[in-house]
Amino acid sequence: MTRDERLAYLEAESKKRILILDGAMGTMIQRYSLTEKDYRGERFADWGQDLKGNNDLLSLTKPEVIKTIHREYLEAGADILGTNTFSSTTIAQADYAMEELAYEMNVESAKIAREAADEMSAQTPDRPRLVAGAMGPTNRTCSISPDVNDPGFRNVTFDALRIAYKSAAKGLLDGGADVLIVETIFDTLNAKAALFAIEELFDEQGWRVPIMISGTLTDASGRTLSGQTAEAFWNSVRHVNPFSVGLNCALGADLMRPHIAALSQVAEVRVSTYPNAGLPNEMGGYDETPQDMAEALKEWAESGLINIVGGCCGTSPAHIKIIAEAVAGIEPRKVPELDVQMRLSGLEPFNVAS
Amino acid sequence: MTIQQATFINIGERTNVAGSAKFKRLIAEEQYDEALSVALQQVENGANIIDINMDDAMLDSEKAMVRFLNLIAAEPDIARVPVMIDSSKWSVIEAGLQCVQGKAVVNSISLKEGKAQFVGQARKIKRYGAAVVVMAFDEKGQADTKERKVEICKNSYDILVNEVGFPPEDIIFDPNIFAVATGIEEHNNYAVDFIEATRIIRKECPHCHISGGLSNVSFSFRGNNPVREAMHSVFLYHAVQAGMDMGIVNPAQLEVYDEIPAELRERVEDVILNRREDATDRLLEVADKYKDKGGSKAATIDLSWREKPIAERLSFALVKGIDQFIVEDTEEARQMFDRPIEVIEGPLMDGMNVVGDLFGAGKMFLPQVVKSARVMKKAVAYLMPFIEEGKEAGSETAGKVLMATVKGDVHDIGKNIVGVVLQCNNFEVIDLGVMVPTQTILDEAKNHNVDIIGLSGLITPSLEEMVNVAKEMKRLNMNIPVLVGGATTSKVHTAVKIDPNYDHPTVHVLDASRAVGVCSNLLSATKRAEFEADLKAEYQKVREARAKKQGQSNKMSLAEARVAKQPIDWSGFKAVKPTFLGTKTFEDYPLQDLVERIDWTPFFRTWELAGNYPKILEDEVVGETARNLFKDAQDMLKQIIDEKWLTAKAVIGFWPANATEDDSILLFKDDARSEELSRLHMVRQQIPKAEGRYDHCLADYIAPSEEDYIGGFAVTTGHGIETKLAEFEAEHDDYRSILLKALADRLAEAFAEHMHERVRKEYWGYASDESLDNDALIKEKYQGIRPAPGYPACPEHSEKVTLFNLLDATKEAGIELTESFAMTPTAAVSGFYFAHPEAKYFGVGRVEKDQVEDYASRKGISVSEAEKLLSPVLGYDPQ
Repeated sequence: MTRDERLAYLEAESKKRILILDGAMGTMIQRYSLTEKDYRGERFADWGQDLKGNNDLLSLTKPEVIKTIHREYLEAGADILGTNTFSSTTIAQADYAMEELAYEMNVESAKIAREAADEMSAQTPDRPRLVAGAMGPTNRTCSISPDVNDPGFRNVTFDALRIAYKSAAKGLLDGGADVLIVETIFDTLNAKAALFAIEELFDEQGWRVPIMISGTLTDASGRTLSGQTAEAFWNSVRHVNPFSVGLNCALGADLMRPHIAALSQVAEVRVSTYPNAGLPNEMGGYDETPQDMAEALKEWAESGLINIVGGCCGTSPAHIKIIAEAVAGIEPRKVPELDVQMRLSGLEPFNVAS
Repeated sequence: MTIQQATFINIGERTNVAGSAKFKRLIAEEQYDEALSVALQQVENGANIIDINMDDAMLDSEKAMVRFLNLIAAEPDIARVPVMIDSSKWSVIEAGLQCVQGKAVVNSISLKEGKAQFVGQARKIKRYGAAVVVMAFDEKGQADTKERKVEICKNSYDILVNEVGFPPEDIIFDPNIFAVATGIEEHNNYAVDFIEATRIIRKECPHCHISGGLSNVSFSFRGNNPVREAMHSVFLYHAVQAGMDMGIVNPAQLEVYDEIPAELRERVEDVILNRREDATDRLLEVADKYKDKGGSKAATIDLSWREKPIAERLSFALVKGIDQFIVEDTEEARQMFDRPIEVIEGPLMDGMNVVGDLFGAGKMFLPQVVKSARVMKKAVAYLMPFIEEGKEAGSETAGKVLMATVKGDVHDIGKNIVGVVLQCNNFEVIDLGVMVPTQTILDEAKNHNVDIIGLSGLITPSLEEMVNVAKEMKRLNMNIPVLVGGATTSKVHTAVKIDPNYDHPTVHVLDASRAVGVCSNLLSATKRAEFEADLKAEYQKVREARAKKQGQSNKMSLAEARVAKQPIDWSGFKAVKPTFLGTKTFEDYPLQDLVERIDWTPFFRTWELAGNYPKILEDEVVGETARNLFKDAQDMLKQIIDEKWLTAKAVIGFWPANATEDDSILLFKDDARSEELSRLHMVRQQIPKAEGRYDHCLADYIAPSEEDYIGGFAVTTGHGIETKLAEFEAEHDDYRSILLKALADRLAEAFAEHMHERVRKEYWGYASDESLDNDALIKEKYQGIRPAPGYPACPEHSEKVTLFNLLDATKEAGIELTESFAMTPTAAVSGFYFAHPEAKYFGVGRVEKDQVEDYASRKGISVSEAEKLLSPVLGYDPQ
């Protein structure tokens, strides 16, 4: 099956049912209790820095672990796999002095997910599986100063982000990703740089793939870390006419609901959500059981709020399986048609009727 | 979430170096703080978008644009609105676009340099996700006539929409506003050209917008602001009707159309609409007459409400919480009525009803309501002697509510807030205070013939006490409804444990805002039956759900749980020995040192303002209330410190310790570890866990046989508070009373945090090189924990007695324990110190019968006593 065929399937299928994303990668990797040695493998045995915790590197040193996790999610019912590339940008990899490897990580991670998805597609030919090339927020913020004494200071520029993201996006597509997902956006300006880079890449290569966008509201006040409300965030990114927009991470389902409901009203594209398994507890673990989460998400689906659903931190194949079962058979949200308005934003939306 | 929709969009113009000499100077001198305040002022004055322009030959425009936009990003009050990036230089515009996370507007591009450049810039703008202002300008020049304006705009529109794919709703045309009444005849029709062109462009270019710089039109009347303001509003009046929907406008320079003197308006209208040949001359004739009559529109404290009738003044003072004039106004009102009680029943209650309605509708917030109540109380206090003199009976109230914090508990902030809110709604509140025995509650309820009893409590043993009150009321065949509230209370507990013990309504009230509705329903002849029936049904459902969940929940035996404990490798473990063993007392600890450790978020929660500090200060709904409250808090905090209202005391201690196999911790007299000093009894989680997760118990963090230590602490910032609270009570000032209690609580928490830091770095010294900022401290990113008895990791309150004995905390820090193990003063924190790097906070959750029996035998108490002490975490029904 070609990418175009898979994308046509995705487009058609999204009108029929709620699509299922996978769950957390990080918490699944933790289960393997990998050691520094595992992370290094032979290739990086002599690397000058500790590498444990650089989960994206595992796509190069422990690909079988990543593929197994992908497979578990596919078996649990995921339609779309996110690649193991949350931090595979030159900017985020600088922590490990692995900037040079970022492109390769994207290619290899996309390949691993591609293989897992294709193997599963072969088993269920009526239900092909897709790969979303994941582009994380990086560890720097373009509109927040890291220096409390100088709020005008920035440790990263739009251009630096644009260049890093462009190489990541190219790697993901070269490795076989079907769509790109700009995710866990806590600073919208970073996301705008990623979207700018993606559009540039599309222009240069002469073909495009659907873009998924997923923001993160950092607390119950309903703002991104950089201060935007969900609607203001949507106004900032809707110019790329994405396949979907949604929210992930940071909040559990209960706290996220009002913001998904708000987004659902203003987004004239599909709405996605992949919450955490509740908020981290005192132990840093996640308490929401698969049942709790599935129950909540089922209610959202029944209320017509969502088109695409999955899990973020703390979720496992068990969560995805029960979520997939819970939303099966429920009509996806109808994408609304909205009045034509100039939709500006600062931290808050400002819409001007035409 | 608000969706802003406006019919005319004000674009702020003061952050423009070309238009404002002051702003230009501030930028040139790099006085960015002041420059930001210019931007803020514009937003506060109602600008929907702020235009930022740094085009000046003396400036590095690109650098100034980037710097200013980056600074704005850190100012939520400014950054909430979109920005308009205004420059004639493309490089400045692009640099600006790379700094804004929101969807901005570019001002401007045009066909002036030809189509290729226009298209290239438009594509970029689209990719950056911005809207655009397009000037009516092409290679032939700037459009002046109606025809040229329409032609250029139409042409631009077609290129943008059809070739670039630019969203038409994101196109804003600026068809050029030029000066009229210049004395040059060709200029006379400029305003009409703009207005007419606007009408056509809006029609022929669907979804587009029209904007313009308003001040140009009146350029020839520089120096005569009243005439300029009149010209602006007349021009706008007509242009807006034609379809102009945005404009660069200084709202302070705009007269209200209807308030322009008729003569002036007519002559201005003649000029703008080019209605007669001598229009300019006729405007000039009268212009001087109006010069400088407008006066400056400077902001002063608005006391105009003082001129209103007395009833409106009282209402205004109540709603705004202004107590400055309340006594004189009350006196004035008293003179007007026959009987002083009528002042209360009339204007004062009317005003409080407005407050009640606004609060009910979510338009006022708790801190404001408490301020309103303060004004009310002062007015009533002033009237009381006159009422007593006339020996009148009290006025008709909505009902009588008795409120009490139950036996053994001393916490009353929430109870006091509910009391204030009820009083605001015309309920009579009889407040019995704290630590009120059941018998007293019931006796007083009968004496006062109350309609409702409100029970409050914060610590877990209070839950048991509330059950006792309910049982006793049933035994006595009472029928008064009971309200239940306070931090540890819950709907589930009320439904499962309290409600079945009483045949009449027992209502859990989540917060103060719900109290009025509940009380009104309970006392309503028409609604009570339905309310009661709904409540019973709801609680029945809660009980059923709970029973179902309990039946399902997986259980684990204590023996299994002990096997599943966190494996900590003690071989080779070497504990850091504290710098002293035994206790150390701190008398009169400097409060100033604690301020920086205050975690403000819970402070706002006390006042029922939801959101995290500091973001809450900018919250679109409660931000203003939060800011005012925060300012009052800061002012009081300063007084607390400067005038020494409170005294902070603390005692800490360290002891050699080892864990036992059955989850206790042995404390020894000295390092010889031969003589047992005391024994702490810990509780273990009994939850089936996934692989790699453990059933935790605090005892796991202490070494079983290797040399190890444990610490303890008790801190308070509550000494001296009673004196001040009595003062506030005498002044009928609930607001300051609640404020002080809330601040004392925050200081106590800050003290615990501060002391923990000193312990880690200094007194125990196991993390002497730690360096964390306040945020990291609040998030507890340090090594070691300080769990408190009665909280999730060690939920059994009576262990506090052991801790207090070890520390001699009552003598050393002046903190006493009530029979339910609540601390007085209430602004106090106590707990244990664990230093092991693996030590983390956790919640014990439900415990099963086997652990309760084990606990009882370890502690040497009966199983039923243990069940009582552990009742909040029992996983089974103890009958």
